Amino acid sequence: MTDFLLLAFLFLVAGVIAVPIASRLGLGSVLGYLIAGIVLSPLLALLHVDVISIQHFAEFGVVMMLFLVGLELEPRLLWAMRARLLGLGGLQVGVTAALVAAAALAFGQVWQVSVAIGLIFALSSTAIVLQTLNEKGLMKSDGGQAAFSVLLFQDIAVIPMLAFFPLLALPGLMSQGDGHAPEGDHGATLSLVDGLAGWQTALVTLGAIALVIAMGMYLTRPAFRFIAQANLREIFIAAALTFVIGIALLMTMVGLSPALGTFLAGVVLANSEYRHELESDIDPFRGLLLGLFFMTVGAGIDFGLLAAEPVLIVGLTLGVMALKAAVLMGLARIFRVRDEQGWLMTMGLAQAGEFGFVLISFASASSVLPPDITPRLTLIVTLSMMLTPLLFILYEKVVLPRYESLEPREADEITAPSHIIVAGHGRFGSVVNRMLLSAGHETTVLDHNAEMLERLRVFGVRAFYGDATRPDLLHAAGIEEARVLVIAIDDKHRATELARYVSEHYPHVHITARAMDRDHVYELWGAGCRDIIRDTFDSAVRTGRSVYEALGAHPFDAERAARGFVAESQRTLRELAGLYDPDIPNHENVPYRDRARELLDEQAEQIRARGRGAFHERSERGWTPPTQDDVETLEANKDGQQRQET
Amino acid sequence: MAKVLHVFAHPGRGASRVNTAMWRAAHGVEGITSLDLFALYPRYAIDIETEQQRLLDHDVILLQFPLFWYSAPALVKEWIDLTFEHGFAYGHKGDRLKGKSLMLAVTAGGPQEAYGESGYQTYELRTFLTPFEQTARLCQMKFLPPYVQFGALTADPAPHALGFVQLLEGLRDDRLDRARADKADVLTHDTLPLMEGAPT
Repeated sequence: MTDFLLLAFLFLVAGVIAVPIASRLGLGSVLGYLIAGIVLSPLLALLHVDVISIQHFAEFGVVMMLFLVGLELEPRLLWAMRARLLGLGGLQVGVTAALVAAAALAFGQVWQVSVAIGLIFALSSTAIVLQTLNEKGLMKSDGGQAAFSVLLFQDIAVIPMLAFFPLLALPGLMSQGDGHAPEGDHGATLSLVDGLAGWQTALVTLGAIALVIAMGMYLTRPAFRFIAQANLREIFIAAALTFVIGIALLMTMVGLSPALGTFLAGVVLANSEYRHELESDIDPFRGLLLGLFFMTVGAGIDFGLLAAEPVLIVGLTLGVMALKAAVLMGLARIFRVRDEQGWLMTMGLAQAGEFGFVLISFASASSVLPPDITPRLTLIVTLSMMLTPLLFILYEKVVLPRYESLEPREADEITAPSHIIVAGHGRFGSVVNRMLLSAGHETTVLDHNAEMLERLRVFGVRAFYGDATRPDLLHAAGIEEARVLVIAIDDKHRATELARYVSEHYPHVHITARAMDRDHVYELWGAGCRDIIRDTFDSAVRTGRSVYEALGAHPFDAERAARGFVAESQRTLRELAGLYDPDIPNHENVPYRDRARELLDEQAEQIRARGRGAFHERSERGWTPPTQDDVETLEANKDGQQRQET
Repeated sequence: MAKVLHVFAHPGRGASRVNTAMWRAAHGVEGITSLDLFALYPRYAIDIETEQQRLLDHDVILLQFPLFWYSAPALVKEWIDLTFEHGFAYGHKGDRLKGKSLMLAVTAGGPQEAYGESGYQTYELRTFLTPFEQTARLCQMKFLPPYVQFGALTADPAPHALGFVQLLEGLRDDRLDRARADKADVLTHDTLPLMEGAPT
């Protein structure tokens, strides 16, 4: 127990210190984690910690990340990617593997070893690349999308590679070992396909994939709705974790990549109303596990070996990266990933990746790689991963400025489709949302009433389950890119807190809030909201105007009186706002009470004096003819100017 | 230096080429006040106090609008009806606008030849604008000849917008030759009587 706590503490402290520093220096979080790992490594060695086993645990972060990536990717987008996925990804893996293998052959390795090395280095690091692309907001760019296609293909390609490796086994090594079936690091002890014939395995595998897709499509919605009704946040998180872990487990049991399985599940759920909720629930785990993973990569560097053969190791690392980059550059040309986007893909994917570790340990266990090569390969993979954040920095500082100066900026008038978040989709929010949609805007609707959302879906309303007052959910809904936030939730207090949070953290977002009453207006104002609408005020004013008309007032007079009333009401509202104190109820707040009474008395006085309220006088100004006095004056000077009204 | 109040009113901005170009161009002119009347009063609830104060604060009032049925869009009329109040702009003690200038910048769909006895509009353009001219006279204001774009539906908006900027700058810097202007019926971008001289 103490050991566990000590380890957790060490990793957390290292991350908490290193990552903010690295971020401030503009190095990105990945490099921060890697450095934290390096700093930790002597301590871990002292404590005899098995870094590799922690790394395998932490690799689950990659699985979660692919689930999240899947959530962002609707099925039709995935379909649109197919040419790049197969063409770009397939060629990258094939050509790189062939070239690396040829180089290894030239270095005097036997062909089996050369092929294994080629396959190992053909893979890139999904963890580092996706994390960095997300962090820098490059995921949606052309280069980012191309890089993602390649990574996804690699992820799929790992499976046949694992199946292929035992065929490369070296006879010499086999006799040394006891020849038992190698246990892959991703291989589970439980397997559904052990001892089945080839066609049966295929059947079970396809069945598992079909099960994941079917579950995602038909089972998740009722299940999540059932859980949502319990209204307990932690149970929803537990359900989300169960979902992801369950799929990962199933995939492992049939010998597929768990990352691929969760990715598929993510894609299936991309259209679900629970998408943002799932995203915000899984994301912290993904972040922590990936951080841990990067730290173990840093801690895994064998400095003894590096010191012994610095030139060979560094030389080989740079050589491998240069070769991978050259292949990527060529492919970028062929697949028209142009200019800086091509550079992004080239520099981003030039490293070897975490699946390389998996293949290396699997290969050595399968007697494919001689024991003296294994640590060197591991070191090269690690070093290339370490260099990746530096390449990203190089890309930002050197490559990007060149292309930016060439490209003329687009005119400001063309704006991206405005993104609006509507918090609350009840009787109030739904009208606002319908107005926005009818004007052609895109909205993201958040509501925590699962049953109502279900009903809305039937009518094609895109709404997501979740409590809009939670910062992580707002983040998942894209508050960073939003232009307007509409607050239309029923709970006064939470509406105010939401306004406060968003106006503090995202001052660029315009907040339009619904106030339930006068005090709520003051509270929202105090929370930084400057666009506040009293929710029943307008309809009450219309009702009042209707009554004026029913009493025989001329419709235009009724309209003017109503306008006058609104103006007057707003005036007193503003005046009393200065006296409002959130900590004292209004009826106990002496200055507020006194001024409110004065204002009421003023109105009463005017009604007594002239039979009409203050707003009547205000609203009746204009369109008034000259006074009687003036008419007489004008009549007296017949030679003077004429009256305006004739 | 004169304080220029530029009041722009067009209810269908999407369909307007010349007026939009003029409005955009006017934004580049420093030292003048520009108002989009329809943005300010989308619901026609004109704030009389504010508008009267605005009139008092400026020396030249320039109204920019398209001619609709030989007059201004309804909001401009409403603005005048309410703001040019008795006792303020005219009548007994109504001399607060005395000595200020009123000018119109209008666009007309028909060509210049149409405005006149032989044209299909029968009357000169200035004849249609006499209500504004007389308003200015009753308020003891000077009425300047209007700055006009004829054939506004087909004309290239650029020269007229450029001329509008020169006009606004000329009014601001007192470089509009009033004597020459008064002899003209209407002003166009190529007949602006501007005096030479560095802007002050």
